[in-house]
Amino acid sequence: MTAFHEKQLPADAPITAKALNWVDARFPLTSTWKAHLSEYYAPKNLNFWYAFGALALLVLVIQIVTGIFLVMHYKPDATLAFASVEYIMRDVPWGWLVRYMHSTGASAFFIVVYLHMVRGLLYGSYRKPRELVWLFGVAIFLCLMGEAFMGYLLPWGQMSYWGAQVIVNLFGAIPFIGPDLSLWIRGDYVVSDATLNRFFSFHVIAIPLVLIGLVVAHIIALHEVGSNNPDGIEIKEHTDAHGVPLDGVPFHPYYTVHDIMAVVVFLIVFSAVIFFAPEMGGYFLEYNNFIPADSLKTPLHIAPVWYFTPFYSILRATTSDFMAYLMAGVAGYVALVLLKSRRGVIFKIAALIIGALIVTGMAIFDAKFFGVVLMGVSVMILGGLPWLDHSLVKSIRYRPDWHKYIYIVFAIAFVVLGYLGVKPPGVWGSLRVQEHILLADIAQTVSQICTFIYFGFFLLMPWWSAAGQFKPVPDRVTYHPH
Amino acid sequence: MTLLKTLIATLVLLPALAYASEDGLALDKAPDRSTDVSALQNGAKLFVNYCLNCHSASAMRYNRLRDIGLNEEQIKDNLLFTGEKVGDLMKTTMLPQDAKAWFGAVPPDLSVIARAKASEAGSGPDWIYTYLRSYYKDDSRPTGWNNLVFPNVGMPHVLWELQGIRTAKFADEKDSHDESRSIHKFVGFEQVKPGKMSELEYDNAVADLVGYLQWMGEPAQNTRKRLGVWVLLFLGGFLVLIWRLNASFWKEVK
Repeated sequence: MTAFHEKQLPADAPITAKALNWVDARFPLTSTWKAHLSEYYAPKNLNFWYAFGALALLVLVIQIVTGIFLVMHYKPDATLAFASVEYIMRDVPWGWLVRYMHSTGASAFFIVVYLHMVRGLLYGSYRKPRELVWLFGVAIFLCLMGEAFMGYLLPWGQMSYWGAQVIVNLFGAIPFIGPDLSLWIRGDYVVSDATLNRFFSFHVIAIPLVLIGLVVAHIIALHEVGSNNPDGIEIKEHTDAHGVPLDGVPFHPYYTVHDIMAVVVFLIVFSAVIFFAPEMGGYFLEYNNFIPADSLKTPLHIAPVWYFTPFYSILRATTSDFMAYLMAGVAGYVALVLLKSRRGVIFKIAALIIGALIVTGMAIFDAKFFGVVLMGVSVMILGGLPWLDHSLVKSIRYRPDWHKYIYIVFAIAFVVLGYLGVKPPGVWGSLRVQEHILLADIAQTVSQICTFIYFGFFLLMPWWSAAGQFKPVPDRVTYHPH
Repeated sequence: MTLLKTLIATLVLLPALAYASEDGLALDKAPDRSTDVSALQNGAKLFVNYCLNCHSASAMRYNRLRDIGLNEEQIKDNLLFTGEKVGDLMKTTMLPQDAKAWFGAVPPDLSVIARAKASEAGSGPDWIYTYLRSYYKDDSRPTGWNNLVFPNVGMPHVLWELQGIRTAKFADEKDSHDESRSIHKFVGFEQVKPGKMSELEYDNAVADLVGYLQWMGEPAQNTRKRLGVWVLLFLGGFLVLIWRLNASFWKEVK
């Protein structure tokens, strides 16, 4: 610890310089500004994919600010909640705008975050040394899902109510503790006022606090190791005499001005939705949610909001008929690890034991439980990417061409799962062997195939990502001056 | 690559195929009257006279009708019957337990009904427009009325004075999927007793009422769309400025 030292400025120095000097002696203002903005060097070849991080931050701010105003007028009470939302829409000055910004913001958040994750996938942004950046990101995604789920209960419409009922009931499928656990989460035997109050508390304070902390951690971790870029090479390996990367530009002003442009483009799309299609054809605001929650009337078709549906489809795909295929899949995967993995004996024994336990569990417990497990794993598995990807290069640009097809097939499977998740079962009819003899629900079979593709993409990655002819990676970034 | 194309083509086509096979009565397209002030005023009059006796619109204040060109005097003189104040919410005086006893169900609140009734089959206004024009006399029902869009509905045909009395004609037809079964198929209405309005006038009146319900579902909707145009124009102009600003910084980067 050095002694307190305040730089002496000449007596005729401008008052602003004196004030800044006074602060800098007591708080790292200028140095923080430099470290994170004006002297934080980002690769100069970042493309539009790199705007979604800044946009996610913007949407977070929009959600927090509009949320603050909504809480001023919203009533977290089962008898008043629905009416209070309509009160906001009608009687609160500009309430309709604030509410639409918040409801559209929820969907926009997932759109930009999904695109932000696609970027990470394409350019290998999760690879060493950015594993922690990625893990913080996965944690943010999990928080966001919780935040969106709990927030969706608050308007207290039919979809709010029954969506929450269905999802909380899922915890009931966990062996032994399930029923008590779901009762504990709801605070009642059905979703009720008690549930609404606790979800409100989590939605407006608990999760946002964690979310903001994680976002700070995400950015600090990023700035520690520096941004990746579309070439997937480290710009810090080529620096000038002052240690400044040759291919880097200061984040401010170069990327601030870039991001402001992205913000304006985003706001154009965002405003188009808010002002001209706030329901977005029933995807952003579901029609059924304009009917007040009724615990006695179950809607015919309960679908979560679109951003959860890829994972929800995996849950629905896990039927008791599907368990045999899953068991075969697990057994096959363990066999693959035993035969092909270069890891040591202990690792293989562990794989064998875990595999045997999973298969036994699948034989004993309900398919519903494994549906819940698969749904959870389908999100958590993202966190494994830094260790699953064994590719020689980070960026898709220098991977074998056929790797691109794997990404395309994965993306199609993800979108199909998402599409099927919004639709009722049987949306594509059923296959028949003969008249009246039902073979299979086409949509269900397709979602089961897509479930295999989804997990296969991740679990087989250690092998496919290392295979093929890689292209030479350039020494310096590819950049064409504007 | 051909496989991929086939796959994508199939995925694009499938929802359309699924759509075509959906059952249910096709909904008529409701004329859009949400910006036509005189139609909305007529709709408001029909709403207060015919709907509000049993249904509430508990999110809606009477004086919000100023947004469709009525002043407070007009609202007080023409639309308030039972001593409400002009700033009151549109609430029915019928008690829920009475409603339950008389109709078998409490009539739903209509504040946002035009938004709630939307589905893949059509918009909410389409549904209401078709529904209010699909009543027919059915003596097997306690109210004497039935509806094609909402079979065995609890609500009687409140607008029957205007439309008159109609019966529905059904014909038995062989099920194309199963020759051994037959389906009861609707073939048309028959006017038994004329109403105060011709068919065209009645459709027009219902369209006004539906327009009002659509407006009432979100009274700010016209303001929202008008404002949206200005917001987008501003952002469009701002984009040009920021695009040039961006270019002026980045031209230094070689």
